[in-house]
Amino acid sequence: MTSIDLQQILTDANIGEVLDQLDQDLVGLAPVKQRIREIAAFLVVSRARQQLGLESAAPSLHMCFTGNPGTGKTTVAMRMAEILHRLGYVRKGHVVSVTRDDLVGQYIGHTAPKTREVLKKAMGGVLFIDEAYYLYRPENERDYGQEAIEILLQVMENNRDDLVVILAGYKDRMEKFFQSNPGMSSRIAHHIDFPDYSQSELVEIAGKMVSAMHYRFDDGALKAMAEYIDFRQKQPHFANARSIRNALDRARLRHASRVFDLAAGGKSKPTAGDLSTITEADIRASRVFDGGLNAELNADSKADL
Amino acid sequence: MHITQGQFSFLPPLTDAEIRAQVDYAISRGWAVAIEWTDDPHPRNVYWHMWGAPMFEIKDGAAALFELQACRKACPNTYIKVNAFDNTRGVESAVMSFIVNRPVMEPGFGLIRQEAAGRTIRYTTRPYATERSGGYSND
Repeated sequence: MTSIDLQQILTDANIGEVLDQLDQDLVGLAPVKQRIREIAAFLVVSRARQQLGLESAAPSLHMCFTGNPGTGKTTVAMRMAEILHRLGYVRKGHVVSVTRDDLVGQYIGHTAPKTREVLKKAMGGVLFIDEAYYLYRPENERDYGQEAIEILLQVMENNRDDLVVILAGYKDRMEKFFQSNPGMSSRIAHHIDFPDYSQSELVEIAGKMVSAMHYRFDDGALKAMAEYIDFRQKQPHFANARSIRNALDRARLRHASRVFDLAAGGKSKPTAGDLSTITEADIRASRVFDGGLNAELNADSKADL
Repeated sequence: MHITQGQFSFLPPLTDAEIRAQVDYAISRGWAVAIEWTDDPHPRNVYWHMWGAPMFEIKDGAAALFELQACRKACPNTYIKVNAFDNTRGVESAVMSFIVNRPVMEPGFGLIRQEAAGRTIRYTTRPYATERSGGYSND
């Protein structure tokens, strides 16, 4: 009986390193990480089976990432491309990220060349289709999206070795999309659901983002941030990590104008510490603490009465 | 008559894997790959039909093979070649060109004699393939 060295495949592909980095860089997302580990293990095993001649066809690798905005779907897609590349399932490992506009044309005969162009660009790598359900518009039977779906399906089936397609979007809409396009659903092997982040995970993410931007929170700011997240989660249009990023961008603006005023007033010269420390005031100035959009809407409706 | 034009034409026909490897090389050098086809194999025929636009943004040879497959399906019994264009300043010309598809029957060339002033004879060649409109591609 021939034996095969799984460890060898693992070290050759350096896959452990990518997975560990995924663990370190991404906060939370435990079920997603678990699924990715499973997929990676499956790929390593099927590579080994291939070497022994037990398996001839390459496994289907198309995936579907569902979850609310800002839960890390694009980030994970990038890592997935790297994992697939290291294991030799895609030759180049680049990610081409598109939406409906990049695939669907404006007039008859425009869609097919446009879709093919995108598919050709993605060959050898991963095609990431964000909000894929917009491709299918049931209310308009002459919508060109259907044509794009058909070409996509054909290539997903015939050029399985050449590219991996990852669809992404909200869970409920994606499910509806699959119901009306059963061909698509059956060609996708891996469905991964991205859960929302908890409050403590978001605080951790905020900390990571701030240090990646070479800023730091002082103690008050850290507490304010935790409270901010608490408030923000209950308000409409909350987009997980993306909302945190936006909040930090606005805090940086307020920080900049505060430091600028300090220096312009000529009272003191800002130090390196001043330039990189976000204080409690920078965060507390957010309208989220006054109820944010909700409060404004309420105020508006009261004004109407 | 086996037409010998461009690279590799004295070799047995390239397999798809070999074509992809050649295209991958072209991509690695930053050249734009294009596919062209014709029914007129005259060596002076430089105007082959373009199969779509040249591929500027592809990252992998599979994309060129994808187009080649489509071209073969649409024009199965014609000559198809793959070109690679180098846009480096000072080069700016096709740097690779090889035939990847041939008609089942390659009828060859006829020699045409034209009697000119005195007893001069002018010679020229004409591909038999062009005697019928559309060549032999519909056979």
